[in-house]
Amino acid sequence: MEVSRIRVLFLIVLCSATLPGCAWIGRGGDLPPEPVAPAAQTDEGLGAPETEGPIINPQVERREIKRTRIDTEDFEIGAYVGILSIEDFESNAVYGARLAYHLTEDFFLEGTLGQSRAGRTSYENLSGSADLLEDDDRDYTYYALSMGWNALPGEIFIGKNRAYNSAFYLVAGIGSTRFAGDDRFTVNGGFGFRVLPSDWLAVHFDVRDHVFDIDLLGKKKIVNNLEAHLGLSIFF
Amino acid sequence: MSRPPSLVILLVLLFTASAQADDEPRKILIADPFIELHTGPGRGYPIFHVVERGREVYIVKRRTDWFQIRTDRGVEGWAPREQMIATLEPTGEPLDLQEPARENYMSRRWQGGVMAGDFGGASLISAFGGYAFSDNLSIELTVNHILGEFSNGYSATLGLMHVFVPEWRISPYFTLGTGVIYTEPKSTLVQAEDRDDQIGYVGGGLQFYLTRRFMLRSEYRNNVIFTSRDDNEEVDEWKYLGFAFFF
Repeated sequence: MEVSRIRVLFLIVLCSATLPGCAWIGRGGDLPPEPVAPAAQTDEGLGAPETEGPIINPQVERREIKRTRIDTEDFEIGAYVGILSIEDFESNAVYGARLAYHLTEDFFLEGTLGQSRAGRTSYENLSGSADLLEDDDRDYTYYALSMGWNALPGEIFIGKNRAYNSAFYLVAGIGSTRFAGDDRFTVNGGFGFRVLPSDWLAVHFDVRDHVFDIDLLGKKKIVNNLEAHLGLSIFF
Repeated sequence: MSRPPSLVILLVLLFTASAQADDEPRKILIADPFIELHTGPGRGYPIFHVVERGREVYIVKRRTDWFQIRTDRGVEGWAPREQMIATLEPTGEPLDLQEPARENYMSRRWQGGVMAGDFGGASLISAFGGYAFSDNLSIELTVNHILGEFSNGYSATLGLMHVFVPEWRISPYFTLGTGVIYTEPKSTLVQAEDRDDQIGYVGGGLQFYLTRRFMLRSEYRNNVIFTSRDDNEEVDEWKYLGFAFFF
């Protein structure tokens, strides 16, 4: 019910936005193009430095400058190792890779790719009968696309002379888990703590919950797979 | 199976190497009465140093809206973008940060992003990338991961996208394209087989310019799957919310 209501609402918004838009199509072509950037225009049109007299000290000598690009370090790439508890299937080591893009000082986007391996259920151990899963189906891989919020940025102090930037962040997102031979839509959420020993290096401690539906034992149920990992990443 | 972790380590080492090999930092001139240096790239970090007008400093790096500055005395700290705008190049021109803003939103060419939604009742995760020929028209490649209760699938489509009024902050668009869809029934089902089919779509959506280089998007597509059976299949695809950036 809810889904269809959202669809109707979406369609109404789409229509109301599209219809006036259509009327504009014809006119749009006649409009003069907007200036790309005001700064670029003045650069071309006028001898820019002369017009900006008051700021510049006329005594300054002209030098030939090779303009290097500013090194922007908004991306973060790294790897992590930890423990993943797979519901009904024991806890095991998990390895993963992480790519993050920092949008602002508060928010970041994160993509993670991880793999682990499921153990044996208590049932399999006790009953001694046939295994629930074949060997290949015990491989557990996932990917997640998440949004993060640096909720508590700050500094940590080690001794008297050392301060390192840090942040406690919250993360939530969606993704897919491949386990028991099928891909499953997965919602993940959690928190993490990041310390930067240097401006380009970060050490992470993360706790995540991966939630999905599984009908492996005939009946559908929701599973929560908790993960805790330690990671290292580099800004570039 | 042990290959991916070692690959990751290799990648990390590679990026470490590139992170070390920096160019000479860019030199600028302070034009404001003074700029304040913070201990970290964030508004809450304390100010520990002040550089006054006329001094030359180096930009070491940039992170989001913060710039790491090194003074001639070797002090390093972070200054916000608002203060950097008021600095000058050594030639006396204002510092051009060359960043996408509302003014050059119109001249964007490349766009990419991710969206989430619903594909005929199944969950949908979608990634897309596009190139704009003109202000209105662009070509777009979309890769979908479809996660349903009875089957999973992937689809890849290539299509045209027409934005009606690109200069509007919220602007509607029309899209049309074709591609392939691969369907893989769940392993718990018996007698099911994998399928490859051609897919065609027509749809529309809204894009909303957020800030800097970021946009939100919402889209509907009506898909026709050209199956090998007698009847074609029609699937409604709703991407409720997506995040996009342009450069």
